[in-house]
Amino acid sequence: MASGSIADQEGQVMLLGFWFSPFVKRVEWALKFKGIEYDYVEEDLTNKSTLLLTSNPIHKKVPVLIHNGNPIAESLVIIEYIDETWKQNPILPQDPYERAMARFWANFIEEKVREPAREALFSEGEQQEKKVKELKEGMEVVEGEAKAKLNDKTLFFGGGHGVGYVDIILGWTCNWMETIEEVGGFKVLDPESQPQFHKWMANFREVSFVKPTLEPKEKLVEFFRMLRQDRLGLVANK
Amino acid sequence: MAEQKVKLLGFWVSPFMYRVIWALKLKGIDYEYTEEDIFNKSPLLLQLNPIHKKVPVLIHGDRVICESYVIVQYIDETWPHCPILPQDPYERAMARFWADFAESKLLNTAWLGLCARGAEREKAAKLAMEAVEKIEEVVKGKKLFGGESIGYLDICLGWISYWLPVWEEVGSMQIIDPIKFPATSSWMNALLHHPVIGDNLPARDAMIEYFQKRSKDLYESDWFKDVIRLHLHP
Repeated sequence: MASGSIADQEGQVMLLGFWFSPFVKRVEWALKFKGIEYDYVEEDLTNKSTLLLTSNPIHKKVPVLIHNGNPIAESLVIIEYIDETWKQNPILPQDPYERAMARFWANFIEEKVREPAREALFSEGEQQEKKVKELKEGMEVVEGEAKAKLNDKTLFFGGGHGVGYVDIILGWTCNWMETIEEVGGFKVLDPESQPQFHKWMANFREVSFVKPTLEPKEKLVEFFRMLRQDRLGLVANK
Repeated sequence: MAEQKVKLLGFWVSPFMYRVIWALKLKGIDYEYTEEDIFNKSPLLLQLNPIHKKVPVLIHGDRVICESYVIVQYIDETWPHCPILPQDPYERAMARFWADFAESKLLNTAWLGLCARGAEREKAAKLAMEAVEKIEEVVKGKKLFGGESIGYLDICLGWISYWLPVWEEVGSMQIIDPIKFPATSSWMNALLHHPVIGDNLPARDAMIEYFQKRSKDLYESDWFKDVIRLHLHP
């Protein structure tokens, strides 16, 4: 392995992922945003590789970023690592208060949008209704933040810098929210009550490093339908 | 900016608030403390943290920051002396990873164990112990997670040294067996003897009384039924 030159300072970057995982997509967007070359390894959910199991023995999940042989797990941790290791195209803002706000919103999205969405996808009846209600409340707050921060000149939560941390963390909604709605059998997206959010989604989908990565909805729906049925122990519809 | 007034809104027994206190004390930052009654939330709290309506809340000048991890990192980045997070990006990633792990796999399960009864308590305690097994491997050979000085993980996991033994006592459960987890026990001791932590802790008797009542109240609640289902019967 060559060493010493600036080009080689980056070392080898490997990403272990699943094509259908929104967490993996986040990391890919962060890498692509910074123009970092990486080797992508598609893992098999039903047959996890030795590399995955030894790189992330604690959670045994993707994404795992392996940089110079060092593994890092958890999408938010990975993205901050990427931002601190490669300085070009900053993802998080420079100012400590702006950073705090970005981290706050990332946590909010995880706790109040992403988590209830996942739970709604894998539940039914009263339990699902509860989660859908939580999800709707989370989306209301997101719409409020979008209303406050975005306009015709500021398309993304990264503000004057374009795409930023919050956009990357929220980005899964562009591709997965409709899928989760269809598979889970509920409605959360509403262009009338969420106009700013829908504008943001449309803009994010068009971002140069995002657009080519978006999976066709039918493919995601088919896959998540299978996961949901598996999880709920349902028999396939006759 | 650093010289602007610092205020902390907290609740006397909150382990989350203590993370912030320890970070402020470590860096020698003066602050004004306001006690919040979380069972009767003030208009001030609702105004400052309308989204979560929780403490701790840090007010620095006209800036308002919520969420203990976010606040600790804000403090670290605003007052760079006596660094809390390590300098190296990989070490930082490891610190963040383990902080997240301890929160979701130990704090949540230990808290569940405290609020639960019978078989569910046992199951939660067992999950908590499995988490400690992992933490034991990380702290082995270290005096503190930060090495010779208090670091991010010491601050984020510091509740283990003082809140967890209280929860164990109130919940009649053992999660940290000093024979099984010598490195963790040793670390807990080092923490309690460190002035930043040891001199800044709530009164133990009051904690016992508080958690006895709180765990009983939570056992009856909807939150509990929901969370038990999520963690113990996934």
